[in-house]
Amino acid sequence: MPHLSTYVGLADHSEKTLAESLRAVADGHAAEVDVFHTCHLLAGWSDEHRHLLAPVVARYGEDDVEEPERLHADGLAEVRSGPVGLLRDLQDLHVLATLVQTTWTVVAQGAQGLRDHELLQVATTSNAETTRQLTWLNTRMKAAAPQALIVDP
Amino acid sequence: MNDRIADIHGELTPHARGTVWPARVDLHLEDGLAEDDVDRWVQSACLLCSNGCGCDIAVKDGRMVGVRGRATDVVNHGRLGPKGLYGSTAWSRSSDRLTRPLVREGGRLVESDWDTAMGRVVEVSRRLLADKGPLSHGFYTSGQLFLEEYYTQAVIGKAGIGTPHMDGNTRLCTATSAAAFKESFGADGQPGSYTDIEHCDAIFLFGHNMAETQTVLWTRILDRTRGEDPPRIVCVDPRRTLVAREAEATGGVHLAPRVGTNMALMNGLTRELFVHGWVDEAWVDEHTIGVDDLRAVVEPYTPDHVADVCGLDADDLRRAARIFGESTAVLSTVLQGFYQSHQATAASVAVHNLHLLRGMIGRPGAGVLQMNGQPTAQNNRECGADGDFPGFRNWDNPRHVEELATAWNVDAMTIPHWAPPTHAMQIFRYVETGAIELLWISATNPAVSMPQSARIREVLSADTCFVVVQDLFLTETAELADVVLPAAGWGEKTGCFTNVNRTVHLSEKAVEPPGEARSDLDIFVAYADAMGFTDKDGNPLISWRTPQEAFDAWRAVTAGRPVDYTGLSYDTLRGPTGIPWPVNDEHPEGTDRLYADGVFPTDTDYCETYGHDLLTGGAVTESEHRALAPAGRAFLKAAPYTPPHEEPSEDYPLRYTTGRTAYQFHTRTKTGRSRSLDAAAPDAWVELSVPDAARLGIDEGDRVRVESPRGAIEVRARVGQVMEGAVFAPFHYGHYDPSGGTPDADHRLANELTMTVWDPVSKQPYFKTAACRVVKVRDGDGPAPAPTTTASAPATTQGRRSVPATSGGAPTSSRVLDETPDYPLDPSRDPGTPTATRRP
Repeated sequence: MPHLSTYVGLADHSEKTLAESLRAVADGHAAEVDVFHTCHLLAGWSDEHRHLLAPVVARYGEDDVEEPERLHADGLAEVRSGPVGLLRDLQDLHVLATLVQTTWTVVAQGAQGLRDHELLQVATTSNAETTRQLTWLNTRMKAAAPQALIVDP
Repeated sequence: MNDRIADIHGELTPHARGTVWPARVDLHLEDGLAEDDVDRWVQSACLLCSNGCGCDIAVKDGRMVGVRGRATDVVNHGRLGPKGLYGSTAWSRSSDRLTRPLVREGGRLVESDWDTAMGRVVEVSRRLLADKGPLSHGFYTSGQLFLEEYYTQAVIGKAGIGTPHMDGNTRLCTATSAAAFKESFGADGQPGSYTDIEHCDAIFLFGHNMAETQTVLWTRILDRTRGEDPPRIVCVDPRRTLVAREAEATGGVHLAPRVGTNMALMNGLTRELFVHGWVDEAWVDEHTIGVDDLRAVVEPYTPDHVADVCGLDADDLRRAARIFGESTAVLSTVLQGFYQSHQATAASVAVHNLHLLRGMIGRPGAGVLQMNGQPTAQNNRECGADGDFPGFRNWDNPRHVEELATAWNVDAMTIPHWAPPTHAMQIFRYVETGAIELLWISATNPAVSMPQSARIREVLSADTCFVVVQDLFLTETAELADVVLPAAGWGEKTGCFTNVNRTVHLSEKAVEPPGEARSDLDIFVAYADAMGFTDKDGNPLISWRTPQEAFDAWRAVTAGRPVDYTGLSYDTLRGPTGIPWPVNDEHPEGTDRLYADGVFPTDTDYCETYGHDLLTGGAVTESEHRALAPAGRAFLKAAPYTPPHEEPSEDYPLRYTTGRTAYQFHTRTKTGRSRSLDAAAPDAWVELSVPDAARLGIDEGDRVRVESPRGAIEVRARVGQVMEGAVFAPFHYGHYDPSGGTPDADHRLANELTMTVWDPVSKQPYFKTAACRVVKVRDGDGPAPAPTTTASAPATTQGRRSVPATSGGAPTSSRVLDETPDYPLDPSRDPGTPTATRRP
């Protein structure tokens, strides 16, 4: 099952990238205190998903030699500044979280085909929380956008 | 002649369960005047807490000289509390009232006239609208104006300027109440009634020191606990308040969870209901959504686990849950201990969950009172000068926005509805970043009342923002303004306001305002006129001039909404009592209690919100909501406990929490100007537990420095009854010093230490969870200035200093009526009310 292990590896890796990026945005925009606290909270969820996935990784391996490099999204090593910068950073987080979500969707499909209950459970519960991460990002962007686009000094 | 400083609650009138609360008329007149000396009495309601007691204002020689409770009013049956008695009128004749507009010249505020002051406001406003558009404007209002004023301001902001940046200090006091209602029931609106007190057999007070914050309501409870067939009290509070003592006396429970752990406690109580089968399965099936998810989320919260997180005895938790589970009618009340603390909305929603699981809502005795902090906070939520839309409309529902656009005859695109209205903390952040350049503050004092006050002062002082303040006095906030507008206060203008349990009162003008002071309504209308705001046909947007016309405009937009005022008028409100909404053709005399039929305003097309994720605040979309098909069922929403944002550390080993005292209201703008109230609580203090004080070498009255990562205060210490590990500070005290010469005036502002952090759903700031350290500065020379008659009473194990009892209020009178008036809608009038029967 080389390709499932590729996707298990991608799930693990993309959650790690998302968690690191959420923390970078949290700390880089700490003056926006809701962003600071919520991004740290959401990063913890991604950590937990990886923790749940760990036994599956142990079973399938994370052998991703065949994986095309372009599947890996780079995280946000550093953040932008100011309100428009925040908007862009939230948008990048949304892209990363979308990658996580589609990965879990694909992994869940594979798990069903294999009748792997453990993996299906991990993929389903993680996917549900990824949805909540995306919802918050979307909510926050919608609230911030007009001010940032129109009157930001 | 009663000293209501010494005796906060006054003479009790105990009575049996299911019988009408007797009437007792309280009266206070200044300067030794007698009732016969009064020229006239003017109908009103008390504005010094959220209870909304009906009263008459005494007028003598054109001045307000005292108040008398209205025996026929359903809210208070004639009673008044110490703040209302002593604090209602004294401020009005203070020599330091603002009587002329002030403008800033060369860095100083100087007296001016209305044309100049309003001219400057309009000039800046016009320039900003032209250069930057409506998002350059922010409005921060109050919980103490009248509904006519909020509604007028809402229309100006939403349809005249078109800014989403409108909020009130209601964000600090009552936003969580509204948010919790919306999440559980689909719309704001108090389900219960004060009359539930007469019919319940258990009362749970969650983070609510009612004995100090709503003293008359607490008297109503004491009249039950001291009467026949009394209810048991359960108190959740880190301090041993009078409520906690009553819990002990009635065979209830005092739960003192660690500050910041309410959610763990609530999940533990909820789990006990499931485990012991105290769930009305049939009712839950028919009237709620989400029980399986709730059961799963609370499953890990065993009594032992909760005891560990909260620092409680697991058996106390079990006993409290059993009282909830086995009582026939439970009344719950909730206030700042939940609203201003970690996981505010989730914990307040959890109170609803307990009631929904037991089907205990909508019948006499079985109800919820999510309290308000201020007398007119409810109106701000209704009228939409805060973060809501008028008439509990949903900003995310285009049809609701269209209804407003039609009523105001403006293009719906004028009304900002791309996101929820901006909450107060974000408004101040936009001022800080320079995005908002005009901030208009009315009837509130954020320089003292907002968290992390050093930051707020900096924000208000910055050159980038033009700050307008309208108030009665030159408050700590007004001192920082560019223009100060003198406002008329309560009794100097006419308008309506609505209390915690939806009861609407008319407050009539009793006297003329001083000097050139104007009502807030007149000020807003003058601004709208000067700006030339018009509707689509070129007619003035604000077509009304008088309070009554404003009321009628408001009444019209409430048609068909849960908050239905259509059956109310100034005439009906001039009757014997305030009237609870909805008042319409279906309920011409008003409504004592909502949801008697178990149908909630959750329908997708009708609800005020589609809801939120309680942990993140992420918004549920319309299509997600519709897919749930709520159709009148209430939501059971769950959240796991998460630790507070700042936990004690080696450097800051104690938990800092802030709160109130019975004798002061808000930042003391009115109560500080009453001699009786000021003398009872003249200066700030902090409370320490006996073991913490001993460890730190601190005695009663010693001067201590309390420090958090954000700031410090130096005040005197009360070795008191707060739980070990916690430090309590009253938040009322800024540098305003009515009697002069107060030693701590410049370093006693409790909010210097609090954090800038807020709830993800209600956006209410957390004033009750921060870490701090305490060090002794020097020996004291007397006891701390904290009252002894309240939760700040000294510890029972006396230190080396004795503390004299708090007393010395001016004389008041109190008369229990032989014949209790007839109260409309009161279920106790009908002896057949089935108080003790369980819902089938």
